[in-house]
Amino acid sequence: MLEALRARPWTWSFVGALGAFVATIATLHGQGAAGVATAALALAVFMVLAGIGQMFVITLGPGNIDLSLAANIGLASAVSMTVMNGSDAGIGLGLAAAAGCGLAIGAANYLLIWLLRIPPIIATLSSSFIIQSIDIAYGRGLQIKPPPGFADFTSLQIAGLPLLALLTMLFTVAAAVLLRRTIYGRWVLATGQNAHAARLAGVAVGRVRAITYMVCGVLGGLDGALLAGYFRGANVDIGNEYLLASIAVVVVGGTSVAGGEANLPGIWGASLFMVLLLTMLNTFGAGAGARLLFTGLIIVAVIAFGGGRKTA
Amino acid sequence: MTAAGSDSVSLSGIEKRYGAARALDGVDFAIGRGERVGLIGHNGAGKSTLMQILAGAVTADAGRISVADEALDDYSSRRARQHGIRCVFQELSLCPNLTVAENVRIFHPALRGFGGQKKAARLIGEMLDGIFPGHGISPGDLVRDLAIGKRQMVEVARAFTVVAEPLRLVILDEPTSSLDAQASAQLLTHMRRAADAGLGLILISHVLAEVLGHVDRIVVMRDGKVAAAGPVQDFDRRKLVRAMGGEEMPPGQRSSGQRLREGAVCVKARPGRRGGAKELVAHQGEIVGLAGLAGHGQTALLRQVFEASSHGTTFRSRPAAFVAGDRQTDGVFPRWSIAENITIRSLKNLRRGGLVSPGREKALAASWKDRMRIRTPEMKNSILSLSGGNQQKALFARALASEAPIILMDDPMRGVDIATRQDVYALIRSEAAAGRCFLWYTTETDELLHCDHVYVFHAGAIVADLAGADVSEEKIIHLSFQEPA
Amino acid sequence: MTARAPVRLLRSLLPAFSLALVVAAIAWLNPRAMSYFGFNLMLSLALPIALATVAQMFVIAGSELDLSIGSFISFCGCVVATWLDQSPLLGAAILLGGVLVYAGVGALIHLRNLPSIVVTLGMSFVWQGLAILVLPRPGGAAPDWLQTLMSSKPPFLPLPVIGSLLLALVCHLLLMRTGYGAVLRGAGGNATAIGRTGWSLLKVKMALFALAGLFGVLSSLALIGISTSADPNIGSNYSLLSIAGVILGGGEFVGGVVSPVGAVIGGLTLTLAASPLLTFLHIPPDWQIGANGALLILVLAARARFSRPEAA
Repeated sequence: MLEALRARPWTWSFVGALGAFVATIATLHGQGAAGVATAALALAVFMVLAGIGQMFVITLGPGNIDLSLAANIGLASAVSMTVMNGSDAGIGLGLAAAAGCGLAIGAANYLLIWLLRIPPIIATLSSSFIIQSIDIAYGRGLQIKPPPGFADFTSLQIAGLPLLALLTMLFTVAAAVLLRRTIYGRWVLATGQNAHAARLAGVAVGRVRAITYMVCGVLGGLDGALLAGYFRGANVDIGNEYLLASIAVVVVGGTSVAGGEANLPGIWGASLFMVLLLTMLNTFGAGAGARLLFTGLIIVAVIAFGGGRKTA
Repeated sequence: MTAAGSDSVSLSGIEKRYGAARALDGVDFAIGRGERVGLIGHNGAGKSTLMQILAGAVTADAGRISVADEALDDYSSRRARQHGIRCVFQELSLCPNLTVAENVRIFHPALRGFGGQKKAARLIGEMLDGIFPGHGISPGDLVRDLAIGKRQMVEVARAFTVVAEPLRLVILDEPTSSLDAQASAQLLTHMRRAADAGLGLILISHVLAEVLGHVDRIVVMRDGKVAAAGPVQDFDRRKLVRAMGGEEMPPGQRSSGQRLREGAVCVKARPGRRGGAKELVAHQGEIVGLAGLAGHGQTALLRQVFEASSHGTTFRSRPAAFVAGDRQTDGVFPRWSIAENITIRSLKNLRRGGLVSPGREKALAASWKDRMRIRTPEMKNSILSLSGGNQQKALFARALASEAPIILMDDPMRGVDIATRQDVYALIRSEAAAGRCFLWYTTETDELLHCDHVYVFHAGAIVADLAGADVSEEKIIHLSFQEPA
Repeated sequence: MTARAPVRLLRSLLPAFSLALVVAAIAWLNPRAMSYFGFNLMLSLALPIALATVAQMFVIAGSELDLSIGSFISFCGCVVATWLDQSPLLGAAILLGGVLVYAGVGALIHLRNLPSIVVTLGMSFVWQGLAILVLPRPGGAAPDWLQTLMSSKPPFLPLPVIGSLLLALVCHLLLMRTGYGAVLRGAGGNATAIGRTGWSLLKVKMALFALAGLFGVLSSLALIGISTSADPNIGSNYSLLSIAGVILGGGEFVGGVVSPVGAVIGGLTLTLAASPLLTFLHIPPDWQIGANGALLILVLAARARFSRPEAA
């Protein structure tokens, strides 16, 4: 049993999530268990969306990563709120604007990588600086609240489960199908394993990379809009924790950082784990320092236990 | 010149298992001072494993290693080197980001401290001059800037350098696979000199001519055991092939050249950008060979054709499929199953309703498993579970399954066993008969006999176009050194 | 292969060229900055940045990446401004302990075959949390000897310049001229080969990370000496800055291709470009971050002109 679990390190994230949940409930003396679970699911959604986008990029192969995700989310939150302009009629347009903004960011990232041959880490890092500046200048003094319909939508629950979580779970299934059963998905996995061999096998490596960065951008954009809706307002820093979180949930969830292998259920497990961990620490009354310390140690421990890339 | 003797290195009763597979099943082997032993066998015979054990890179499950009648316990790479045993493996062990001299320096820990760099540079320079006169390599060159042939030369020369540790035995595992004819000859000559000076040498090679012409004793391995052994005079080509478990190619399979230049033109390519140089023309249903010294433009031409076909700018825009020679870097997707590796080029045809159908994928993989006779219990297994030869078969299946009318082959049979080769040759012939066009670059003249005609390359250009019936080893070699007009 | 020599020469000169370009731009924008005093001021943060860049260089030499160096420098900075000042022995012991932990991280990464991006990501949380626990609010005081050292004004050349020259020289000798330095780099180029020759890959990895930790400590010392007090976020930019510096200096993410001299030059270039240059260009503060990103892109685009094409 231990071997089976160990062979799938991402299952530990679900185990860990459960453990953190139990510890939290125990401290609260059994009260509010449903509330904790619901809140965790709701918050996990935002991590999952960012994580899925990051996962696609990371799967492209070693060195591929999107460090502009946080800035993207921040800008998208401002853009979506501005376009929606507080009215329900503007929801569709606002979402489209956020997605479009993310798409443009993804395309710009890829252009930097492809045209200027800048390594993705640096390219997305540089673009994150630029996006941040745009966001600061654009969003200065922005006070627009989300339209009431949109805000309600992000908090809507069905039988205790957040609607957003259900939709995101469906989306995760769709992403898994995309990865394994479409030509695009196979091409991503091939490129990640060996880009050179992929090219020789007829894969349009450049196109695959471009599409993937844009997909990640769009997911970041949508995430920003949803976050603005859930937290009732946009701000520059709304995406900051999601940069490191997106990478963490991808890897703790079992996707290989070397590329070519992706794990979607693991992203849910890892997101729930991270959210519940923070909830647990909050319940214990830990300060910011202790929270960070503990989160970091857990991440390292989980990965160290699971072991790393299998040697070829 | 027997193997026994007080100063010999001997392995006795060596066993090695990898899971359920027996790589070595009780092998005895010995080599004395000044002896040159040729070790041959097809893939999976165990020769590389045996040498890895001798070099200390792998630990045997059972058996004993002795040097000068003294059994050695706790054998490891370190101990092997201390006893003067060195190995030049097939996978190069140079660090590409270091210079030639630095690579020598890290090889000899004794070259520490001040002046170590200069000493290393001088050491390798002298050895390269000694083994490969006219090599053109400078000790300050970064290895990553050197072509693979030159890297091989550095690797070989480095193995022979002596600083603090003694040198008693050098194992060379397919050393000529990346060397051109001139360097290969130089190496084989050096082997004789080294043996005369008292060094033991083991040569693993699949080029039977090399083995027959340049060793004192031959050991043939098959299925983890020694199948035949004796002085080189006892063997000839046919005996060796039979001992290894393969059959010599029957004469009737040589190309008659009848399909020459019929059918529609498939490919027209001119190597490089030289004006007036000869052009390669291939027709439907032809097997066209590319020959000449290694690295003289053949791969470049194949890549050229591939690029052009990918961009749709080739003559009449026919798609081309590529079969790589270097599996690891150019071919295999290591995390995927055998089936996934095969179907990657054919996904468009496997779709049902926009998504790849698992049923169709399975069927395609199964049909190619049969056609290529890939030895595996289950196509869902990881591609890495296959032996090297079978992996190569899977790469062929990938190209052939794709319905591309042009197949480009970049020396794909390097290091592949005879049985696999025969299977693949048969398939190539039948596919060509069905109308496919093959461009086949190979470094083995024997394989060129399967071709309808052969273009010989030299210095990046085509210097000759031989009809199938005219192909012979002597002509090829002669033309390989001919300057382009 | 002699035809390659000019290209290689150009490539190795590129970091110096970038630095010259930035200096020339500053000289053109504000000629009065070209003085001892001017350089001393503009390069005030050069030593901490250069030291951090060198630390990152050691990790990158082993084909790994350290995303935690910034928060490690923050942590060490907080220790320097508190314990090192009040109880020097304890402070020194803690700093040494930090270096040992770094070596331990290297060992963990090697023994469990872990991806360094994620492990160092987790460690960045750990160091950040520890920094907050040590010094919850900005404060503390740099030891007097440190302040005196970092504010000294040697004749002819400003302290940052002398320090950088010394740093470049020492690291160059260490990494490029010694036998073990070649082993350290070689392990990044072909670990199997190094292992087969009998060198311990574990020791190599630990050595590289320990060196990174050591130079991280030195960077924090320099930083606190200049800023005279600390805060738990003081080093937060340094992770990404140091990566950019190594790449600017001609290093590559995999393959063990690094240049100590290039790294120091890269650090200097970033120091100048990050703030002084922008100030002289009269770029409004909102846009300074974005301008940093744009500058990075510009320099790397220039590098791409002379670089060998990225594989696949």
